[in-house]
Amino acid sequence: MKRIVSALLIGIVFGLGITVSGMINPAKVLNFFDLAGNWDPSLAFVMGGGLVTALIGYRLVFGRLKTPVFAPAFPPSPAGGIDARLVGGAAVFGIGWGIAGFCPGGAIPALGLLNAQTFIFVAAVIAGIVAGRAIKSRLPAPAPA
Amino acid sequence: MTEFTPFQSLIGGVLIGLSAVLLMALHGRVAGMTGILTGIIPPAASDWSWRAAFLAGAVIAPALYLAAGGVIPFEVPVSTGALILGGLLVGIGVHFGNGCPSGHGICGLARLSRRSLAAVLTFMLAAFITVFVVRHVIGG
Repeated sequence: MKRIVSALLIGIVFGLGITVSGMINPAKVLNFFDLAGNWDPSLAFVMGGGLVTALIGYRLVFGRLKTPVFAPAFPPSPAGGIDARLVGGAAVFGIGWGIAGFCPGGAIPALGLLNAQTFIFVAAVIAGIVAGRAIKSRLPAPAPA
Repeated sequence: MTEFTPFQSLIGGVLIGLSAVLLMALHGRVAGMTGILTGIIPPAASDWSWRAAFLAGAVIAPALYLAAGGVIPFEVPVSTGALILGGLLVGIGVHFGNGCPSGHGICGLARLSRRSLAAVLTFMLAAFITVFVVRHVIGG
């Protein structure tokens, strides 16, 4: 039960961050990418604030805690090289992000605003993830890096 | 037209970073929205309960903000077709790219992952090019 309440509260902190930062608003995200239009640099400040906080916080966490409070161990550092799947997947993601203006981190909190368009986007993302699983299961396993 | 909000965006970014740090310290998890979401899509991961709780918290956050008197500018400036196409590409892309801006951009970069850096540079560049093409080449 403590784990569930803790995850709920951390989700609220995340959602408030997305809300306060303006990243809940697809128009704002799209204007960051529109260098030739009405450019809004806000997204860079979100990434900067988040990254610096996480850089410092992760160092404190990994330096002071032997294990997470509710779990037996920390996840291993991201392994593997930079391959075509990673870069290709990220490129497809970026094209979708540029077309819709939403990403999952922005759209999930935006569901709380009860706008039908957000639900359409999230349903499409879920369909895409399910399709991605199906495609991946038909591909040969990637060669070890 | 959206207003440049350096102060609020920085504060919001710090909150996002704080949630990532708390999720790691308490649950030993990476706060990537896509990874958390994927784990509750059937066949769900065995640890779906904390994932569902995190997602529920993220969804109720804007309502709490509104209840506290906050104002949330929100505008979807694209068509329904664009939302569906964009959503499908985002879903397929995150599955192969192993993450999104919150996972790679905040958590991955904070762990100094080269894979995350490659993913972030790629999806940012792809989004800049896509918005340019959609707004100024096709739409121009």
